[in-house]
Amino acid sequence: MEQAFVILRHREIPDIQQLGTYIKDGGYEAWKRAVKEMTADQVIDVVKASGLRGRGGAGFPAGVKWSFVPKNVFPKYVVVNGDESEPGTFKDREIIEQNPHQLVEGVALCAYAIQAEIAYIYLRGEFKAPARILQAAIDEAYQAGLLGKNIQGSNYSLNIYLHLGAGAYICGEETALLESLEGKLGQPRLRPPFPANVGLYAKPTVINNVETLANVPPIVRKGAEWYRSFGTEKSPGTKIFCLSGMVKRPGNYEVPLGKIKIRDLIFGEEFGQGLLAEGRTVKGVLPAGASAPVLPESALDTLLDYESVAAAGSMLGSASFIIMDNTVDMVWAATKMVHFFKHESCGKCTPCREGTYWMLNLLEKIDHGHGEQRDVIMLGNVAQQMLGGKCFCLLGDFSTSPVISTLKHFRNEYDAKVQLTPDGGVGTHGAHG
Amino acid sequence: MMTSLKSGNILETAAQPTTRLSESALREIDGLIKKYATKRSAIMPVLYIAQAEYGYLTHEAIDEVARILELDPTEVLSIAGFYTLYFTHPVGRYVVQICNDLPCALRGAEKFVTEVRQELGIAPNETTPDGMFTLEAVPCIAACDNAPCMQVNLEYYEKLTLEKAREIFAQLRQAVKG
Repeated sequence: MEQAFVILRHREIPDIQQLGTYIKDGGYEAWKRAVKEMTADQVIDVVKASGLRGRGGAGFPAGVKWSFVPKNVFPKYVVVNGDESEPGTFKDREIIEQNPHQLVEGVALCAYAIQAEIAYIYLRGEFKAPARILQAAIDEAYQAGLLGKNIQGSNYSLNIYLHLGAGAYICGEETALLESLEGKLGQPRLRPPFPANVGLYAKPTVINNVETLANVPPIVRKGAEWYRSFGTEKSPGTKIFCLSGMVKRPGNYEVPLGKIKIRDLIFGEEFGQGLLAEGRTVKGVLPAGASAPVLPESALDTLLDYESVAAAGSMLGSASFIIMDNTVDMVWAATKMVHFFKHESCGKCTPCREGTYWMLNLLEKIDHGHGEQRDVIMLGNVAQQMLGGKCFCLLGDFSTSPVISTLKHFRNEYDAKVQLTPDGGVGTHGAHG
Repeated sequence: MMTSLKSGNILETAAQPTTRLSESALREIDGLIKKYATKRSAIMPVLYIAQAEYGYLTHEAIDEVARILELDPTEVLSIAGFYTLYFTHPVGRYVVQICNDLPCALRGAEKFVTEVRQELGIAPNETTPDGMFTLEAVPCIAACDNAPCMQVNLEYYEKLTLEKAREIFAQLRQAVKG
């Protein structure tokens, strides 16, 4: 048994979405103890000591982020990023639908830790049904005196509000999310200042992903040392891996970080159980949805933790593993992904808006068989020119990953699709011509 | 078209501004506004309410939302235009959104979209002549493990086949008649 259910507790306790069942499992114990007996700094300290890293993609240590919030500026806010929109990611939805109280308790603990009295949970607009479940859990928590005014007889008060987005991937970028929450276009802000100082309504704000905060209640209840018994020194705890694509058993799997390899996730009996079609091999693995470079079959023995996946030339990010077998046309796959980014580019900065447009334009030309060698070269050039801090936010950088990584590992497939120009595409009609 | 957009705050001598939102919607909006530090923050939930009551975000709907939130109608329209779940054009009673992003496409979503197109007799971004269904092919909806998948008016339907989709459409048609 490789899986460990720190967050996906419902896999072991079916009715845990009900308050009574959640409490029987030790739920809200940490919360009650925090408001009655702990100082805000003690909560931050235990989360810091646990080494919990942000699960939304960047992997930044959560406790450290919380400690950046100034103590003497009020009001402060907690904003939960439940905009889950990365292709291949469906873990936050399962947490919200199946174990909502653990999220609510995590949000409350985070709010207490920074002494915020309002928290907003921003869910993507498509999460209308999950939002109903989460709102029911929040209502239950209010009725039980776990939220609201003077919680558990303390002088601490907290309101948690749900906010639904309306279909925009960019709102998963934390500053775009803040803009959206303020009723503006979901476009990213310049950083610094960082949200910890100037966030929602220009007040100090902590923004964390749903999965990150769902980790907090067991950490506060059982201690940092217990949490560190899972995972590695640098990547402590468990992580939910979203497995999708051409495997027999796609789904969410919660595993201690650094314990299994990509190969195990795809082929393991308690995980993907191998490829959907018999007799095929793995051609490409996307470890973090459309945003991370594709890894070839030779990377299957990479361990699943932040450092190992980065060392293999990609990133763990939101850990949404999309598996492609040897029948997949990688030019088609890259086109699909760039189509996504072009659709979701917010239009604020030129390199991303124009770059995604031209990459898609070239990819479609090549994919449809109308491309020439020079189009392949220009495609690589456009992607390279978007890198190096030219784009306003990471969406632009990420949009180049499918292009650069498929050109690196599967250049032969591009070559097979294009006609060679007489000069090989590098002369006067080349990319710079 | 622009006349109606501006009628709320520029052509003040024009006819009385439209107020179509119901009493209960206005009460709900009052409650919503209290959740935020600024009125403007309530624009997304308020647009959803207006969309539900007007059918889609007509210029009158935009005007009414702008008046309630004390914003310029063009600002409200820019928000409605930025986010894909707001409709500034008429849509069917049911908006069918099928994911054909990479993870779903690897599990037959493109074939499924084609089948549904044929079943409903419309291309993506079109509405059936009876006004019942609008079809859209959309990016990832966080149901990749249960592909092919779709949302109808934002409710999930997963692990789909054409047969299942047919049943769902029939039930939805029935629900309207009943």
